[in-house]
Amino acid sequence: MTIETVPMSKALNAGLRKALEDDPRVLLMGEDIGPLGGVFRVTEHLHRDFGSQRVLDTPLAESGIVGTAIGLAMAGFRPVCEIQFDGFVFPAFDQITSQLAKMTNRHEGALSMPIVIRIPYGGHIGAVEHHQESPETYFAHTPGLRVVSPSTPNDAYWMIQEAIRSNDPVIFLEPKSRYWPKGEVDLSASAAPLHASRIVRRGSDVTLVGHGAMVTTLLQAAAIAEGEGTSCEVVDVRSLSPVDYGPILDSVRSTGRMVHAQEAPGFNGLGGEIAATVMERAFYSLEAPVLRVSGFDTPFPPAKLEGVYLPDADRILEAVDRSLAY
Amino acid sequence: MTSTETPLVRVLEADGRYAPSAAAEQYLPLIDALSDAELEQFYRDMVVIRAIDTQATNLQRQGQLALWPPSRGQEAAQVGSAYAARRQDTLFPSYREHAVTRIRGVDPVDILSVMRGNTHGGWNPLDPKNGNTRIYTLVLGSQTLHAAGFGMGLVFDGKTGTGDVERDEAVVVYYGDGASSQGDVHEAMVFAASYNAPVLFFLQNNHWAISVPVETQTKVPLVTRGAGYGIPSVRVDGNDVLASYAVSRAQLDEARSGGGPRAIEAVTYRMGAHTTSDDPTKYRGSDEEQSWAQRDPIARMRAFLEGRGAAASVFDDVETEAADAAEDLRARTVALTAPGRELMFDHVYSEPHPLIDEQKAWLEQYEASFEGGANR
Ligand SMILES: Cc1ncc(C[n+]2csc(CCOP(=O)(O)OP(=O)(O)O)c2C)c(N)n1
Repeated sequence: MTIETVPMSKALNAGLRKALEDDPRVLLMGEDIGPLGGVFRVTEHLHRDFGSQRVLDTPLAESGIVGTAIGLAMAGFRPVCEIQFDGFVFPAFDQITSQLAKMTNRHEGALSMPIVIRIPYGGHIGAVEHHQESPETYFAHTPGLRVVSPSTPNDAYWMIQEAIRSNDPVIFLEPKSRYWPKGEVDLSASAAPLHASRIVRRGSDVTLVGHGAMVTTLLQAAAIAEGEGTSCEVVDVRSLSPVDYGPILDSVRSTGRMVHAQEAPGFNGLGGEIAATVMERAFYSLEAPVLRVSGFDTPFPPAKLEGVYLPDADRILEAVDRSLAY
Repeated sequence: MTSTETPLVRVLEADGRYAPSAAAEQYLPLIDALSDAELEQFYRDMVVIRAIDTQATNLQRQGQLALWPPSRGQEAAQVGSAYAARRQDTLFPSYREHAVTRIRGVDPVDILSVMRGNTHGGWNPLDPKNGNTRIYTLVLGSQTLHAAGFGMGLVFDGKTGTGDVERDEAVVVYYGDGASSQGDVHEAMVFAASYNAPVLFFLQNNHWAISVPVETQTKVPLVTRGAGYGIPSVRVDGNDVLASYAVSRAQLDEARSGGGPRAIEAVTYRMGAHTTSDDPTKYRGSDEEQSWAQRDPIARMRAFLEGRGAAASVFDDVETEAADAAEDLRARTVALTAPGRELMFDHVYSEPHPLIDEQKAWLEQYEASFEGGANR
C-alpha cells in the first residue's frame, strides 16, 4: 500500500499529472494555470513539465475557455478547464448549459464530450464577493451534465482521474476550504466509482447527508452529538448528478431520520431533491420528516457575515434535535 | 500595426522633461490651459492615493482586510482621466480605480469596507457626494455593458449632444487588458457604437492579468481594436498624468458632443502584486519591474513640477497630507464594526418576500436561543 499524506490541492495536482501522463490527448486550460500554477496552485509545475500545448494559460474569457474546449473535444482532445472561482463560471454558463450539456444528445450519440470543468467553490475562506458561492444546482439541474464534488484528498485524487476518463462532461466542484487540510491518499488503491455516495461515519439514530466542505461540518456535528448520546451516521453524497441513493436509503432505513445540509441556498436546492426522493422511496422507514439545513435564500453575504450564513455544527444539531423530537 | 509603430501620446518623458510626442501635439492646448494649482493638484492626488494604497496593503497584511488590489503605478492614468471627467459624467470603475473614486468624492474607507468583508457595495452612487461613481465590479468586463447601457439612456433622454459641453453628460468605464478578452467588452463596444452612446472606454493596460501577460490577450496593440467597432481610439502613456488628462478630456468632450463612443488605451504598469493574495515573483522578472519603476508616474510629475520651479514647500505639504490621509484611513478602518446580520436579508428584494422574512425571523429566534443560554 502506498499512502501519502497531502492536502487536497496537492492530491488534485497529482491526479492531473497522472491523467496528463496516461493520455496524451488530455490537456488543461484556464486562467493563470501555467507558470503561476493556478491561484490555488492546483496546477503547480504542470506547465513546466508538460509545456504550453498541454497546459494552456488562456486569454481571460470563460465563455472562450469552455467554448473552445468544446471544439477541442470535437477534434479529439480531452480538455480539463479550470474556472478560477465559482462566481466567474457564469460568463461560460451558456456554453456549458446550452452547448456542452446538449452536444451528445443533439448528435444522437455520434459524438461525446469528454470535458471536465473544475470549479473551486464554496465559502469558509473569508473572501470578497463572487469568491464563495455554491452554484452546483444550476448544473445538476441541466440534463447532460454530470456533477461531482470530492470532500477528501483521497477522493480528489481518484475522482479527478475518473472524471477525466469519463466520456461525458463533468462539472468537478472543488470545495476550496478543503484545499489545505491534509489527508491520506492511497495511491495503490483502485478508483472508487465516480458516481457513488458513501457512508463516512456509522451511526444509528440520525442520518446526516451532505457533500463537499459540508461533510467536515457534518462529521463535527456527529462528534458533538455523540458526546450528548446521539449516534449520527454521515453520508457523503460525492456525486450530485446522478445521485447514488443506495447508501442514503440504506442509512435512512436503519436510522429512520435524516438531516441534509448544504452551503447553497435551500430553495430548489439539492437537499430538496434528496429529501423528496427519500420520502418517496423510504416513507415507511421515516420517523420524522427529512429536515434541511442550508445557506439562506440570500446572496452570499460579505465575509464578515459568512459565519452567520453558512450552516455550522450548531445549526445541524438544532435540526438533529428537531428530528429526534418527532 | 505593432506596438512600437502605434502612435503614443506622451507629454512628459520618463525623467519629467516636457517633450511632447508627435501624437500629443493636438492635445497641448488643453495642457497649456492648466493652472499651476491644477498641476500641483494632479501631483498631490497621486501621492496621497499612493499613501492610501500602501496603507491598505499594510492593513491587509495585518488581517484588517480580506484582500487588497493595489493601484501603485497606475496613479497617472487614473488621476488624469478622473480630472478629465466633468462633474455631470458617470463613472463605472472596475476594482482597482482607487484614485478615480477618491477624486470623485468616494471616501476611501468605503472601499476598504468592501475589502474588509463588511459590504458588497461600499457607497451610494446616487448620493451627490460620490460624484456619480458607480460601485466596484469584480466580474471582469461586466461593467462595460452597464456603461454602454447608461450611455444609451443618456442619448434617449437627450442629456447628451445638445452642444453645451458644460451640461452634456458622458460616461467613463474602466477595465483592464485581461478584461478586454471578455465577450462582454466586445458586446459593450458593439452596443455603444450602434447607439452612438457617449461612452469613453478607458482601458488600463497594466501588462498583466494576474500572471498572464498582455500578449496572451492580444496580438495587436489593444488600442487598434476600437477601429473594428468604429470607435475612434487613442493610445496614451498611462504613466504621464498630463497625457492621460488631456486625451481623456478631448475624447470625453467628443463623446458628449454627439461623437459617439471613444476609447483610450493607457499604457501603464501594475508595480505591485495583482492583489495581496498574489506573488508576482512566480511569473515576472525583477528587471521588468525595475525598468517600469524608472517610469514611475509620481517621480516623473515631481521632476516636471520642480523643473517649472515649484517651491519645495509644495512637496513637503503633499507628504504631510499623504501621511495624514493614510493615518486617518487606518484609524477609521480598524474602527469599522462588523455589520449586523440583518444586512444579509435586507434589500435582497425591494418588495417584501415571504421566504426571506421567514428566514430572517427564524435566524432571530435561533440566535436568541443561544443568547438566552438555553441552547448548547
Ligand atoms: C469573469 C472573471 N473571471 C476571472 C476573474 C478573476 N480575476 C480577477 S482579476 C483577474 C485579472 C484581471 O486582469 P486585468 O483585466 O488586466 O485587470 P488588472 O487586474 O490587471 O487591473 C482575474 C483573472 C474575475 N474577477 N472575473
